[in-house]
Amino acid sequence: MSDKIKFSIDDVEIEGEVGQTIMEAADAAGVYIPRLCASKNLTPHGSCRVCTVKVNGRSQAACTQPIAPGIIVENDTDELKGHRRSIVEMLFVEGNHYCMFCEKSGNCELQAVAYRLGIAAPAHEYLFPNRDVDATHPEIFIDRNRCILCGRCVRASKELDNKNVFQFVGRGIEKKVAVNADANLSDTDMAGVDMAASSCPVGAILRKRVGFAIPVGERLYDAKPIGSEIESNRAENK
Amino acid sequence: MTKPKIATTSLAGCFGCHMSILDIDDRILKLVELIEFNKSPVNDIKKFTERCLVGLIEGGCCNEENVHVLQDFRKNCDVLISLGDCAIMGGIPAMRNSVPLKECFEEAYLNGVTVFNPAGKIPSDKELPLLLDRVYPCSEIVKMDYHMPGCPPSADTIWETLVALLNNKPLDLPYELVKYD
Repeated sequence: MSDKIKFSIDDVEIEGEVGQTIMEAADAAGVYIPRLCASKNLTPHGSCRVCTVKVNGRSQAACTQPIAPGIIVENDTDELKGHRRSIVEMLFVEGNHYCMFCEKSGNCELQAVAYRLGIAAPAHEYLFPNRDVDATHPEIFIDRNRCILCGRCVRASKELDNKNVFQFVGRGIEKKVAVNADANLSDTDMAGVDMAASSCPVGAILRKRVGFAIPVGERLYDAKPIGSEIESNRAENK
Repeated sequence: MTKPKIATTSLAGCFGCHMSILDIDDRILKLVELIEFNKSPVNDIKKFTERCLVGLIEGGCCNEENVHVLQDFRKNCDVLISLGDCAIMGGIPAMRNSVPLKECFEEAYLNGVTVFNPAGKIPSDKELPLLLDRVYPCSEIVKMDYHMPGCPPSADTIWETLVALLNNKPLDLPYELVKYD
């Protein structure tokens, strides 16, 4: 029995393997589906909904939905791009995202996805929430102003570092990433080399003393949009 | 045919976006062939003398004077463009938005480590524009037609945008020219 599964994304025939999610199969085939909470080597979370695609006409998160023979997936359509723009715009107004002085700027996935979606400015009112910063740890700091609640640090700490440093607390607009200690990050067993420290797509968890090392113009997303690295896998681009 | 008019202003900004306008270098000679500046810090015209096609707004609104100027621009310009991140989302001045106004004043005039203020008074002269409770993005005060992100938007971004607008052409900026920093 063949373990290949044939399906289509935006009318392009894709061949995936049994057990793959739509996102994994798309990545391998060189089709970029925008995402924020999904990251290679981490269990899919399906929480940011940026990767929402239509599968046979129904909305599904591409990072969690397994592929099946013959499914028709819509990805790069005006409707879905509109939804993605709305989600990303809401993330921008819900936090305090000061790109102009953020060390992550240029390497930030939230910013890069916004560039790729063509967002000049969010269409919603800014909330200017009051969020805190935890700089107690000697090597790492948390700036919750920039957190988008993707949960990558939570998963990376558990799955890759075999620790349990981060967890969500609160609900709705009060939801935030907390540390597994009575008080601060410095009270946890977090180490500077932990994968959880490098898992953050935005500038919410950063290593200290390495900011602004890469000059403007040479940063990850300065010259090429996010997803270009995936699209270079496409057969016709090789 | 008379040239289209452009007005510019810097509200709660640092004038960096205006520096970026000047950074179009010798293209500014081409620009003055295409347009005429009306109210603007570039020529120091203080009041609108004619209706303008474009108003470029740098900075958000941190005091009542900013609000009045912005409303004046909306009345006198056909197209209003947020020039830079401060006009779009408040920028660095908006960092005070999570701090109560009273605490901002006390830090600035009484408690700050570098403050020298023997009288111990917070300035309250009637001539000083009243500070708003927080810094407002321009789009929360008046309708803004377009947004040009960047801190500042690069000279090329400003140039390409103005040229497209003046020629009534759609704007298709290359990827490198739209940045939030």
